[in-house]
Formats: sequence, structure tokens, C-alpha cells
Amino acid sequence: MSRLYLKGNEAIVEGALRAGLNAFFSYPITPASEIIEAFAEKFFADREREKRGEKPLYPKFKVFMQMESEIASINAVMGGAAAGFRVMTSSSSPGISLKMEGISYLAACELPCVIVNIMRGGPGLGSIQPEQGDYFQAVKGGGHGDYKLIVFAPNSVQEMAEHTMLLFNLTDKYRNPGMLLADGYLGQMKESMEIPKIPIEEYEKPWAVTGIGERKKQNVIEFLYLVPEPMIEAKKRLLKKYKEIEKNEIRYETYKIDDAKILITAYGTCSRVAKAAVDLAREKGVKVGLLRPITLWPFPYKIYAELTNYQIDRVLVIEMSFGQFVEDVRLGVEGRAEVKLYACYGGIVPTEEDIWEKIKEIA
Amino acid sequence: MRVSALIPKYPEPETYLGRTHYCPGCGHGILHKILGEVIDELGIRKKVILIEPIGCSVLALNYLKVDGIQGPHGRAPAIATAVKRLRPENIVITYQGDGDLAAIGTNEILHAANRGELFTVIFINNAVYGMTGGQMAPTTLIGQKSTTTPTGRKVEYTGYPLRICELLNTLEAPVYLERVSLHDVEHILQTKAAIKKALLKQIEKRGFSLVEVLSNCPTNWKMSPEESWEFVKNEMVKIFPLGVFRDK
Repeated sequence: MSRLYLKGNEAIVEGALRAGLNAFFSYPITPASEIIEAFAEKFFADREREKRGEKPLYPKFKVFMQMESEIASINAVMGGAAAGFRVMTSSSSPGISLKMEGISYLAACELPCVIVNIMRGGPGLGSIQPEQGDYFQAVKGGGHGDYKLIVFAPNSVQEMAEHTMLLFNLTDKYRNPGMLLADGYLGQMKESMEIPKIPIEEYEKPWAVTGIGERKKQNVIEFLYLVPEPMIEAKKRLLKKYKEIEKNEIRYETYKIDDAKILITAYGTCSRVAKAAVDLAREKGVKVGLLRPITLWPFPYKIYAELTNYQIDRVLVIEMSFGQFVEDVRLGVEGRAEVKLYACYGGIVPTEEDIWEKIKEIA
Repeated sequence: MRVSALIPKYPEPETYLGRTHYCPGCGHGILHKILGEVIDELGIRKKVILIEPIGCSVLALNYLKVDGIQGPHGRAPAIATAVKRLRPENIVITYQGDGDLAAIGTNEILHAANRGELFTVIFINNAVYGMTGGQMAPTTLIGQKSTTTPTGRKVEYTGYPLRICELLNTLEAPVYLERVSLHDVEHILQTKAAIKKALLKQIEKRGFSLVEVLSNCPTNWKMSPEESWEFVKNEMVKIFPLGVFRDK
């Protein structure tokens, strides 16, 4: 079988298992629940196989747990990551808010793990339709204190799987938690995909708690300093790592920008529609290009600066929220071009015609 | 015959490192020491993973030479659940105070106990939030003064002291639940025996075990150490009766 036909949420499961996931802890929430359900199916099917004396399909997938809360889920992730395993949790917006304390601890303790957010409408209970309102929460903190998550924003079912796999590699490489930031639309839509071909990287984890064994030194996963000096040193270490990630791991995609006068920029679901809008505008004779950040942190500020330095003087930002992503775009553009925002919030995904209307306003 | 020959030789403690930072007269040091002794006696030090709480004993791993994790307030049972399931060969212990386990972490402890997770909980109950400066805990006695119950805990405002052993004893899964106290030597020895038994339940893969240890807080109770142990003996034990609640 060379192709798969999956929902976005199921593709995440596919990617995680191919990346050698060891444990999954989660709590049901719409529109992310297919993730926990698909994991349950795979996990218990393997237990049945074992009962019949057959080999499990996913021998590395040792633990599946529907936890009692979002908070327990993220803390189980902390335990599993501290013990040196590949671990993951999934949720949607309100559930991610509940996980925030744990995410801050994971970042502080430099514990690799993958957190999936299938964004829904907010604030509060909001809606179960797609929005992109958790952008700030994902890339600017969300939990307390200075920290960064490696954040990927897929825009297809294929990427739901592949970005999950990439995140397992990168979070282990940098000892840092990462987030897959998608939305309800990507989670729920079904499309054909190739078998993901991301090579799996394995990293030694000499810091993991395993029991002291013959080691002289205790392995203790903690982040607590009673006086400033060691705290300053610890934070400098974190900052150095964040700079390293910013240097090495920025990912973005461009489309027809070589002769573009107007730049559309969007991530996730919106970037897919925006691509169609670029073609539509070009059919009508307007030279539009697309810049789509793939990593939201680290953010490709520099490419915005480069593009608006000489050729582009108008930027149209499309996002399914009041205007969060636009702030990072503005930081990249630094006043070199006019930045317009098309904020399509409340649970409606913009169409290419909607975007074309906005392009006309600035063309 | 030299005098030294008459002094029995005790093995050097391997786990307990001593020199704790706790206030004079505090029960944490005693509990750390006997936990260390039990770990040594059972020969499990190399396999222990200890989850520290948030509270006065947040630095327990400075005094117990084992691997461990410092988790968020109240979440040790969720962390321990994952660690034990992924590393079933290890001995997993959570050490939690009454604010940690009986207030912010009630959900986690209840569900871990109900699932029958195969780790051991050392629950130290001194009826007050120690590290934050003596606020009311769910276990504070009626009438007991704290910084947030300056005229004494009143039922109409804050309900009743929460009895964790009794609560968990309503569940099917736990295999060992015992409440002990540190108020005198006899009870300290009983505490040690209870911890050993609880850890044996884990070693034998029997199921979830919890030992609730009544302790003191002379600093926040504003008592001398001696008065504080009298309070444990005369007042706390009345509300939190000692004994084995579950042993199967």
C-alpha cells in the first residue's frame, strides 16, 4: 500500500507511531477526539494480537491512557518524558489552556514531548468550528515564565503525519517540548496521503530518570533555584538553546513570489486557501505571491524583511482570529510595506473568492 | 576489651544523606530518614524513582540519593503513573504533603488509586500549608488557627477536615492504606514498618499503596516541637484515627 486515506487527526497517529511513540496520554475533546480514539484502536488491537500469540504491529507503543483530566495528561507526559520515552498528548483549545502549567514545567525541565492542539473557536467554551486563536498561546508562551515551544503548523493531512514525525526528532534533538498547531478543519478533513518518509532520528538520553543503578550521580528532573545566580545560569542555558533552534530550524514555504508585488501570508488551513487565491489573482492579472510559515516558532522574520526590502510593498495577512499572527508579520516587515489584515474569525474558513475580494482592495 | 567493640556496628546509610534544611523539630527529617532506611533495607535504592512534591519537601531529592522528578503541585500521581507504566521494573514513590495531595491534587490521587496504579504514596499530613507560611489545609482541624483562618477553622466557611485514607478506602483497587504518626518513638517505628509494607506491596506487584503519616509543623503552628507532637498525639489522632484501613 503506497497511499493512505485518512482524516488529519488519524494522520497524526500514523506519524507518531512511525516515529516510535512509546506512550500517549490524553483526554477527549472535540474536534481532537479522533486522535485518542485512533490510538486506542491501535493499542488494544496490538494487545489482542499478543493474546493470540502474534507479534504486535507497534512494539514500541507501550502505554495508552485516557487520563482523568487534561492536567493529568500533560503531567503523565512529563513523567514519561522524564523517564526517557517518546511521549505525546493531544487536545483542543480549552484543553490546551488547562495543560499550560505542565507545558511550562516541561519547557523548564527541558523534556522532549509532542503536544497536539487541534484549535477550535475561543475564547472560553467558544465553538467546535476551526479558528486560529491559540497562536499567541502556542508561540509566545501561554504558560508562565520565559520559554519556547517548537511549533509546527501543517496545512494538509500529509503534513499532519510528517510534522508530527519531525517534531519527535527535533524535540529529542533539542530537549524541548514541541507543539503541532492545527485546527479543527485540518483535524477533521480527510484526504489521500503518501506514506510519510521522514527518517527517524534516535537520541541518547543520559539525563533520563531510570533509577540511579550504578551511576554515581542522581538524575533529577527539576527546575528550582532558591537564589538568583544559578537561576540566571539555567535561564542563559535555555536562551542559548532557543537561539540555536532559531538559527537552525526555521521552515517556510513560498509560492510564486519571484515577480509578486503583493504578498499574501498565512499559516495552516488559511495558507492552503491562500495558495488557491494566489492562482485566482494571477488569472485576473494581479501579481500575488504567498509566504507560508511552517514553523511558527522559530518564526521566519528574516524572509519577511527580505521580501519587503525591494519588491513587495503590500502584505495581506489572513488568519482565523482577531489578529495574532499579524503581529509577528509586522515584526518581520518592520514598516517596509503596508500590512493589511483579513481576520476571518468565528468558525468560518475563508474561500479564495473572499481572499480575492481583499486583494482587490489593495491591488 | 575496647569500648568500641561494645557499640553495635550499623551499616552506613546509602540512601539518606541527612543535613536537611527543615525547621527545628519538623517531622520531614524523621520521615526522610526512615524512608531512606527502608529503601536500604529492601535493597531497592538503585531502582527507586521518587516524585517530590511542591511544598517544604520539594528538595527531598537533596537528602535521598535516588533518581527523581520534581513535578507541579499535586500532580505527582499522574507523573508516577506514567513512570511506573513505562518502567515497571522500577520502584516508584511519590512523597506528598496535605496541600499537595489533599487539595490541589485530589483528582490525581483519587484516579491513580482507583486505577490501582502500582506505585507507593507517602502522604505526610501536618494539617497546614508549611512552605507558603501556614495557611489552612483541607486537613486543618476545626478551630485550628492558620494565617487564613486567623480565628480558627470554622465549618460554616470551610467544611471539615478531609480524611484521605477513609476516602480512598471506598475504592476497590488500593491494596494497602494505613495511617500512622510520628509523635513518639513507638509510632515512628510503626511508620517505618508501614512504609516497608507498602513498598513490599509494590515490589510484589500487588497494587496501589498509600501510607498517611501524621506530622507536625512547630513553626506555623507556633508551638515548641514538644508541644507540636503533643498536639499530634492529643488532637490530630482524634480526627485522623491511626490504623490499617486496607491490607489485601
